[in-house]
Amino acid sequence: MRTLALLVAIFAALAVLPIGLRSDFWLNAVMLALFSALIGQSWNIAGGYAGQFSFGHALFFGLGGYAVAVLQVHLGINPWLGMAVGGALGAGAGAALGWLTFRYGLRGSYFALVTLAFAEVFRILANSVPFTGAGEGILIPLDPHPAMLQFRALSGYYWLLLGLTFACFLTVWWLERSRLGAQMQAVRDNEDAAAAVGVDAFTVKLKAMALSGLFMGLAGVFYTQRYLYLDPGLAFGPAQSVEALLVAIVGGIGTLFGPLLGAFALHLLAEAAQGVLGDVPGANMVIYGTVLVAMVLFLPRGLTSLRQGGRRRRRRRTKDA
Amino acid sequence: MTNGTKGGLPRRAFLAGTAAATGLLAAPSLLRAAPEAIKIGLIHPVTGALSYSGNQCRAGGEMAIADINAAGGIKSMGGAKLQAILGDSQSKPAIGASETVRAIEDGAKGIVAGYASSICLATTQEAAKTNTPHVVDVGVADSIMERGLTNTFRFGPGYGKIARDAVTSLDAINKAAGSPAKTVVIVHEDSAFGTGTAKLLSTELPKHGFKILKVIAHPTPMRDFTNIALQVKAANPDIIIPANYYNEYVLFARTIRQQRIKPMAIYSVLGGAASSYKFVKDFPEAAEGVMDTNHWFNPKSDLAQERKKATEAKGLYYTYEVYLTYNAVALLADAIERAGSTDHAKVIAALNASTWDKSGMPYGPTKMVKGQNTGAQPVNTQVQGGQIDVIRPAQFAQAQVKFPMV
Amino acid sequence: MPDMTILWPAILNGVTTGALYALIALGLTLIYGVLHIINFAHGALLMVGLYAVYFLWRFLGLDPYVSLLIVPPAMFALGYALQRGLITRAAHGRDENILLVTLGLSIILENLALMAFSSDTRTVDTAYGFSTLDVLGAFVPLPKVVAFGGAVATALALWVFMARTDLGRAIRAVAKERKGAQLVGIDVNHVYAMSFGIGVGVLGIAACLLMPSYYVTPTVGHGFVLIAFTIVVLGGMGSFVGALIGGIIIGVVEALGGLFLGESLGQIGIFVIFILILLLRPQGLLGRAQ
Repeated sequence: MRTLALLVAIFAALAVLPIGLRSDFWLNAVMLALFSALIGQSWNIAGGYAGQFSFGHALFFGLGGYAVAVLQVHLGINPWLGMAVGGALGAGAGAALGWLTFRYGLRGSYFALVTLAFAEVFRILANSVPFTGAGEGILIPLDPHPAMLQFRALSGYYWLLLGLTFACFLTVWWLERSRLGAQMQAVRDNEDAAAAVGVDAFTVKLKAMALSGLFMGLAGVFYTQRYLYLDPGLAFGPAQSVEALLVAIVGGIGTLFGPLLGAFALHLLAEAAQGVLGDVPGANMVIYGTVLVAMVLFLPRGLTSLRQGGRRRRRRRTKDA
Repeated sequence: MTNGTKGGLPRRAFLAGTAAATGLLAAPSLLRAAPEAIKIGLIHPVTGALSYSGNQCRAGGEMAIADINAAGGIKSMGGAKLQAILGDSQSKPAIGASETVRAIEDGAKGIVAGYASSICLATTQEAAKTNTPHVVDVGVADSIMERGLTNTFRFGPGYGKIARDAVTSLDAINKAAGSPAKTVVIVHEDSAFGTGTAKLLSTELPKHGFKILKVIAHPTPMRDFTNIALQVKAANPDIIIPANYYNEYVLFARTIRQQRIKPMAIYSVLGGAASSYKFVKDFPEAAEGVMDTNHWFNPKSDLAQERKKATEAKGLYYTYEVYLTYNAVALLADAIERAGSTDHAKVIAALNASTWDKSGMPYGPTKMVKGQNTGAQPVNTQVQGGQIDVIRPAQFAQAQVKFPMV
Repeated sequence: MPDMTILWPAILNGVTTGALYALIALGLTLIYGVLHIINFAHGALLMVGLYAVYFLWRFLGLDPYVSLLIVPPAMFALGYALQRGLITRAAHGRDENILLVTLGLSIILENLALMAFSSDTRTVDTAYGFSTLDVLGAFVPLPKVVAFGGAVATALALWVFMARTDLGRAIRAVAKERKGAQLVGIDVNHVYAMSFGIGVGVLGIAACLLMPSYYVTPTVGHGFVLIAFTIVVLGGMGSFVGALIGGIIIGVVEALGGLFLGESLGQIGIFVIFILILLLRPQGLLGRAQ
């Protein structure tokens, strides 16, 4: 319960941020971090808790994004409904991808590579079929009304994103104490052993992928409504896949707060790097990469290990005493 | 050297503030005399996949600011100097939007951004929330200008205009030579600019009696062009029309030579390299005779030649990114000058009424219709004897058209 | 329907281009096969090699093929140092850490290149750059013929090296059974670093043979990483002959896909093969089933 209280407290504090914060830039910066936290947590469900390392989460992101855009532009379907479809499509794709790959027993790097390949296949398809606008991309007409899932003020988007992210984190909180979550972690730690004690590893992994795909799809919907434009590279390119796993791993995989911590740390790092050396093209990214490498060297279990490490040290000290 | 402030560097801003405050105590009269600098946000993809173009854009924008300041700043505002707020969109629309907000919050009175069409869509939309005047530097997609954003302006032409002009010019060039060319193959990159251009060409060219044998789309980056060259060779068109980025253009031109394909003309539309000094210098033989419909400066304008020299003195090529961004900034500065204020509505009104003519571009009189300068147009260039010469329209032409090439 | 007269030149082009891809994949398959890591920095390291070739040509006038004597050994040293000094230390026995480190490394390398060399496209101009060889009516660019020969020779050399030398045997032992190899006295860290070094060194060869027909920019590696992974999987991880055959198959599929489906959509053929191989025969064409 203490974890839940902390989670609710963090999100409640974030929820009142737009009221106090006068700067759209900082609100937007927090939004970018929250967005990373959302896709990082989505990835974390499959990658961190169920141990299924995906390199192709852009697949679900792109499907969600295109769902809301295509339904809206070509069929005039309200984007709120589109959001539901986008999430469902992400979940469905997660389950389908899982079904196909787990049926053939793919694990580890093989699974990672096949997810990457699927994202690429969809990128190429989106570039070739007419209803996605192909290479020209798809542009959603400007219509800033909440009924159209567009907001005049940034805070509207902010609360929408915060709601989605909170839902995702709450799901993971629930997962941590549910039977499904325990099964997922058992499968992650040793699939054969889990199967031996009667865990249906296949179904458990499938559920993890579906859940993961659901939130990634919703993230795609949010991105599309926020920027109102999508093209195949933005939707299915490797950028979103990499960012999702990056924030989760940096924060600490398989932990509830890891993606949040990782997302804010990485965005803060990017901001700081640009602040220090922003005008020399590339210099900010060099610093970013260097700190990333240093972080792995010195914090191999992610940022959340800082807290656990501290606790362990304290425990050791009490034992000594 | 630069007038750049580093976005998101509160410490330096704070220090500067302190310095100013101390200075104020020491010599109040002196400081009150100098008007506050007017900040302009320059948001470009200086890192990532588009970094070459992004850096060229930034250079152009900074040169414009330096020139305007050297000439006395904004005179209607007591000689206020312009100051750049530099932003890096990292070749991503979302970051471009975020950098736009940052620049505006750091006090930018106008935005010049974002090179790629997809990034321009994001930056214009973001600037529109505060009604901050935004001049698109390159972004050729027509959709940028068709969304009803009242803060958005573009001085250069969009690809609709470019493609239509390309077709009319090709038709005229062909007719002048006795209409020897009848068939065309289009080779285009498969993102927004190439696809959009190819689509327009495919509808316009047949109206003038050209037969389109094949339209070949390819991804960026493309590792090898032999396959495409083979298909072009098999189709054996009179004219090849490429519309793609620099690297792909270079590989394509090389491969065409290797496969010994000799069309009557290579006539590119927004060709990434066709009217590039670097390409002509690196591959003079492959470049010879290539025609292009593209952004270009007016070669007969002393202003343009001066700026070209100044750019080359910095060790940069005078590419379309440089002069389009230069002019986008200068256009905005002129509007602020005439508005006598940085008030958004007044600057936007001044932009709408703009008749600015100091661009050194081969444009007609500046006339804004829904933010688009309708005087803007592309020109035709051709590589002749290792030089890039304007060949059309006649009043800007430096050389005669050489067509057919063989 | 595409013109059938270009079928032969297209296939021939697929074979030579595929060999070039194989050359890039050879180093990756060694690293993948021995260290079992997904090296995200492979593309960035290729970029480093290409810049080395370019600057040797630009400032010392060295022909890219002469650079074969310099660039591969230098790249080997770089690879050895990176594995020994950085990757092993950062791994802490966790795969995801290697992923992050190689990702971070590629970000650093690409942006250092951007800072130092700007993002200008650089090409070398050689006397043979436009030369072609007439193979039964198809023009094959000379640099590609050389690259094809280089790929075959490199694959064979690696195969012989692994089968016949002590180090090769040690590498195979470590790849198969790390703990057992350690028990019989093999210095596993040294073997890992040698494998990574050789892998990166081979990438140096690829850079020398690619440069005459290509270009270099800081992000040039992006276009080759995915295709190299595809070839590694197709050929079987750790299999050199497999990588060579896999590369050629991918080259031909790409050529025919482009011909029949268009260059954009045609790329899909590569990934469909990739997925099918992963699903149906994950050990690859020449890999042993586990």
